[in-house]
Amino acid sequence: MPRIDDVLVVGVGGQGIILATDVIAEVFLRAGFDAKKSEVHGMAQRGGSVESHVRRGESVHSPLISPGRVQVLLALEGLEALRYAHTLNPQGTIIFDPQRIPPLSVATGAQEYPDDLTDQLSRYAAQVTEVKGYEIASKLGNARAQNSVLMGALASLTELPRDLWLEVLDSRVPAKAVEVNRRAFERGLESMSENR
Amino acid sequence: MSECTLLSGNEAIALGAHLAGVHFATGYPGTPSTEILEALAQGDYEAVRVQWSINEKVALEVGIGASLAGRRTLVTMKHVGVNVAADPLMTLTYMGVKGGLVLVTADDPGMHSSQNEQDNRNYARFAKIPVLEPSDSQEACDMMNTAFELSERFDTPVLLRTTTRISHSKTPVTPGQRTESPVEPGFTKDPSKSVMIPAYARGRRLVVEERSGQLAKLAEESVDAPPHLSRVEMRSPDVGIITGGIAYQYVREALPDASIFKLGMTYPLPMEAIRSFAQMVDRLYVVEELDPFWETEISAAGIEVTPTGLSSVGELGAPAILQTIGAGDSIVGAEPAGGIPVRPPVLCPGCPHRGVFFTLRRGGYAVTGDIGCYSLGVLPPLEAMHTCICMGASVGAAQGIEKALGEDAPNTVAVIGDSTFLHSGMTGIADAFFNGSNMTTLILDNYTTAMTGHQGNPTAGYDVYRSEAPRLEFEPLVRGLGVDDVVRVNPYDMQALESALKSAQETRGPSVIIVEGACALLPWAEHSPPYRVTDECIGCGMCLRLGCPALRRKGTGKRDQVLIAADLCTGCGLCAQVCPQSAIVTEGDDQ
Repeated sequence: MPRIDDVLVVGVGGQGIILATDVIAEVFLRAGFDAKKSEVHGMAQRGGSVESHVRRGESVHSPLISPGRVQVLLALEGLEALRYAHTLNPQGTIIFDPQRIPPLSVATGAQEYPDDLTDQLSRYAAQVTEVKGYEIASKLGNARAQNSVLMGALASLTELPRDLWLEVLDSRVPAKAVEVNRRAFERGLESMSENR
Repeated sequence: MSECTLLSGNEAIALGAHLAGVHFATGYPGTPSTEILEALAQGDYEAVRVQWSINEKVALEVGIGASLAGRRTLVTMKHVGVNVAADPLMTLTYMGVKGGLVLVTADDPGMHSSQNEQDNRNYARFAKIPVLEPSDSQEACDMMNTAFELSERFDTPVLLRTTTRISHSKTPVTPGQRTESPVEPGFTKDPSKSVMIPAYARGRRLVVEERSGQLAKLAEESVDAPPHLSRVEMRSPDVGIITGGIAYQYVREALPDASIFKLGMTYPLPMEAIRSFAQMVDRLYVVEELDPFWETEISAAGIEVTPTGLSSVGELGAPAILQTIGAGDSIVGAEPAGGIPVRPPVLCPGCPHRGVFFTLRRGGYAVTGDIGCYSLGVLPPLEAMHTCICMGASVGAAQGIEKALGEDAPNTVAVIGDSTFLHSGMTGIADAFFNGSNMTTLILDNYTTAMTGHQGNPTAGYDVYRSEAPRLEFEPLVRGLGVDDVVRVNPYDMQALESALKSAQETRGPSVIIVEGACALLPWAEHSPPYRVTDECIGCGMCLRLGCPALRRKGTGKRDQVLIAADLCTGCGLCAQVCPQSAIVTEGDDQ
């Protein structure tokens, strides 16, 4: 498998997407690469759809990944995975959390939430993996650690040492949440080996 | 201090300002500029005094004072903020500076969080001042020092322009050494330079022209030479590209073999150096985001430019450059999946604005809106906003509708948030009083500047350091502006709001209703136990018209019962107020 350089993290505003890409970008940087990340703040965060790009390489220019070049699409919500699936390289991987957050248009009955997500996602990716980050994090006692579960899953696809991920993660989450985020990360890592 | 870290463009500007010896920084929050002052305030830089101003015009005026007092001064705002600050800016350019003054404009191509995508490079030409544009965070950090040196050396304000993808992208930064301004602090009385009466301004007008010539000369001399404002990267001679800002990164990504003339100071242009570059390449293109600003200048200088075919609307990207100049050898993504439910931003659960828009819609009011989270009141299902122009415009627009139609005017209400009202709504109220208007204004006071991330303002009670600050009271303020009919309403009591609206519409003279309730996301906002839905629910969907993210139908059927997500519900109780079956209850209701 080629080295994972271009990761798109998507989800719903408030899920900890920006923190996740902060961690991923810093892991890339500390591993000795050039790294960049980009997202939009402000109005887009109020429960709206959020996308955040992370890239590494010997030299990275654009902070945005061109459509068709995303290697891993890490989605904290299923519908958001589908919204951005077309940006994936067809050889790429989708890791998505099956947790459903219905947008208002679905909650009010104006539109329907797709019920064949995995099938639809499979059309865009070489591999589609479900990781129940929200459920796992909730069972660990802190649903907010969902993003760490997904990061653990992503880490399993990279050559980067587990200790580096944990070191950066520890430095980025509130002191009282370090332990639960570590456990969430480990569970994410394990879930990927179970899936193989 | 020389460790390499990932910083956003905004954080890098803050660090760069500190390293450049800035003593005073102010601005008004606005995406994508907000985090500059926040990073500067949080940065533990003892020598820097940071504050939020009430609006961009005041920010620049305070900044001018600080500069005249001999201190290096940073003023930050979003692109449309410069419109507000344009009045002092256009005269500041005649006066020049004492301590260096750098004005950061953060533009928003693509309008991620703005009402327009104006290209503020145009202000550089308009005000006859230099503009610097970084291409990543390292440049943003380093350019601050250059900007302050140029400001003092050429006696001019300097514009530093970022765009969303510079401000909000994180890229590696290795900081340099901290310097101090050579300027001696202290206010010098120098009326012929600082009092712009016509007699003195005419003299300064000539100085501005002379300075423009000096800056053009500097642009030429600093291509691949100190202070390294621009550089030439020669690669293949087939294609040469003049570019700068974030567009430089997109060009590098899309066309790795192209020769590049990279502009750092992007006005005035080093036209002779560009002419030489043009002679070294077969085809010369200009790649810039938004307006054809450089292309127009370069073409006017008689240099032949090949049109790119790139759009001047919205954000650029590497794919667009590949598809045009790169002659189509691009990877394009797959087709997006069809029929995906949209997910626009929404008012948060417990938001004090929700009931206001529900009530306004139910009352059939014409609503002139304003800039803030509450602009979301235009979207379904609330759909209760009918104009939104710029900061403060709701108040004037409501009066205009009333004046134009008189007796035939619809029942019109202006809706404006606390920070926006203080920014530029107050003058509209005084105007309504003076001109005998009967208009009604709703001030949505959620005790903070919410949309940009809870920045302090004069009614918030805290400042940029999150330290306690004096609080300004709305009621005496609007009474002082001539409004006798002032009432205060709880945002979660829709009946009270409805009565207040009716009474205000019947009152002669301007009326103000202050709707007071803390933003539900403020750490000290008080939440109540969550509500739940009983079996009495008939699935009529009335509660769903509130557009609360905590509410949804249990299944996909059109009359399915509704359920409330307890982890999202803040217990605001609006849904219980609109339920015709009294099927929405909370703890106390059970007994």
